[in-house]
Amino acid sequence: MSLVQVEDLSVRYGARTVLSRVSLRVEPGEIVTIVGPNGSGKTSLLRAIIGAVKPFQGRVVRGSGVKIGYVPQKLHVDETLPITVSRFLKLPRGVAVADIDHALAQAGVPDLAKAQLSKLSGGQFQRVLLARALIGKPDLLLLDEATQGLDQRGSASFYQQIETVRQNTGCAVLMISHELHVVMSASDRVICLNGHVCCEGTPAVVASAPEYRALFGSGTGGALALYRHEHDHGHDHGDHNHDHSEAAE
Amino acid sequence: MLDDFMVRAALAGIGVAFAAAPLGCFVVWRRMAYFGDATAHAAILGVALSLAFSMSIFVGTMTVALLMALVVNVLSGRGYAMDTLLGVLAHSALAFGLVAVSFISGVRIDLMAYLFGDILAVSRVDLSVIWGGAAVVVALIGWRWSALLTSTLNEDLAYASGINPKREQLVLTIALAITVAVAIKVVGVLLIAAMLIIPAAAARPLSRTPEGMAVAAGLIGMLSAIIGLRAAYVFDTPAGPSIVCVAAVTFLATSVLRGFRHER
Repeated sequence: MSLVQVEDLSVRYGARTVLSRVSLRVEPGEIVTIVGPNGSGKTSLLRAIIGAVKPFQGRVVRGSGVKIGYVPQKLHVDETLPITVSRFLKLPRGVAVADIDHALAQAGVPDLAKAQLSKLSGGQFQRVLLARALIGKPDLLLLDEATQGLDQRGSASFYQQIETVRQNTGCAVLMISHELHVVMSASDRVICLNGHVCCEGTPAVVASAPEYRALFGSGTGGALALYRHEHDHGHDHGDHNHDHSEAAE
Repeated sequence: MLDDFMVRAALAGIGVAFAAAPLGCFVVWRRMAYFGDATAHAAILGVALSLAFSMSIFVGTMTVALLMALVVNVLSGRGYAMDTLLGVLAHSALAFGLVAVSFISGVRIDLMAYLFGDILAVSRVDLSVIWGGAAVVVALIGWRWSALLTSTLNEDLAYASGINPKREQLVLTIALAITVAVAIKVVGVLLIAAMLIIPAAAARPLSRTPEGMAVAAGLIGMLSAIIGLRAAYVFDTPAGPSIVCVAAVTFLATSVLRGFRHER
């Protein structure tokens, strides 16, 4: 049975509809990526799944006993708040020290337990957030543009880490990403979102769909070509993401 | 022992510092400093209302502080920036309070006592109100500590952990209202925010964890109360402001301590 099932979901902020009649499901163990232009409701979709926004219509059903680990888009820790990584990982419920060490190792940052959160680099921070999401042994990981602010190398290695985590724990991953070449290589399934689900399917199917091409333009050719190669080299694809100058997410 | 007004004053100051420490940390972390100010200013309206309806000052100030906090909670995010909203509400509440006070005939009230506090006139009853309120605030914050901390770090992380950050915000707001009502006698409306923020800010350079910072803020606040009172007695200075001065000097000291190893 599905880990999470979104049925006919609409979300509104005031009079503005950001999502209309979106349905999707995530099955155990798969990596599903959501792509879409700015303002297409990607973040709102994830926030609806974790319960941070109320559906205007439709519903979100979690499988019984399904645990979700959430990695937010960005997290600013105020300089005035002193907190170590290990204390952060214990929130909101206490966790055994062994579990903290294990989660940090899984996330690829085994030595950071005693570091201050506000002193971490961008890449370290994202991995600590990943560790926090992993600590509850989730069945489903939700990642909201987890590599924002990382350079190409950093984000490639972050996604490799996700892949490794999936292999080791068998958890499913639902993520938002702007990095089309990574998306296309690392996902089992891609959902193209623009207020509604434009198209979905395997990366190859989505990349050749006319709806997807209409949103992302001819740059998709490059992404698809890369998909057929290995995913870990350093071509710069620039920004395929056309800014639709809608309201910010 | 409680017969000595200096002992009562010291106990009152310690009580306020005790409640203000953990709450003040959240005020600092969440950048709500102005919120504390606004709630405190609104308390003057509470004083006027309690005199008009002859109920206890504590109940009056707490009611108005709570109302104020709820109004801010409801109105925030509706087209006005938070600081504008707080500015409008705080100063209008203060102005209406001062006007309302002038209507109350027959009762002569010493407005200065409410603006600056009158810690030396703390009675046994006041003391029990202060300590009762402080205990409620500390218990409330202690109970919600982890949830509050999680929502302070990130609201979406809180939601993902099954915590409703809006509810936690309400808890903070209520604690703030109680603290203001309790502290009005000790440091007065104008300096309440100081007791919240300065000890917490002074504790920051000494701390590595949130809990450590709350404890350090508590100690700094209590020491400031004791030393400030002593200084007020020796130099014949106003007691409430003297306490705040000691806290401010402590802040300066810990900042200098940190300044060199932490360039930014």
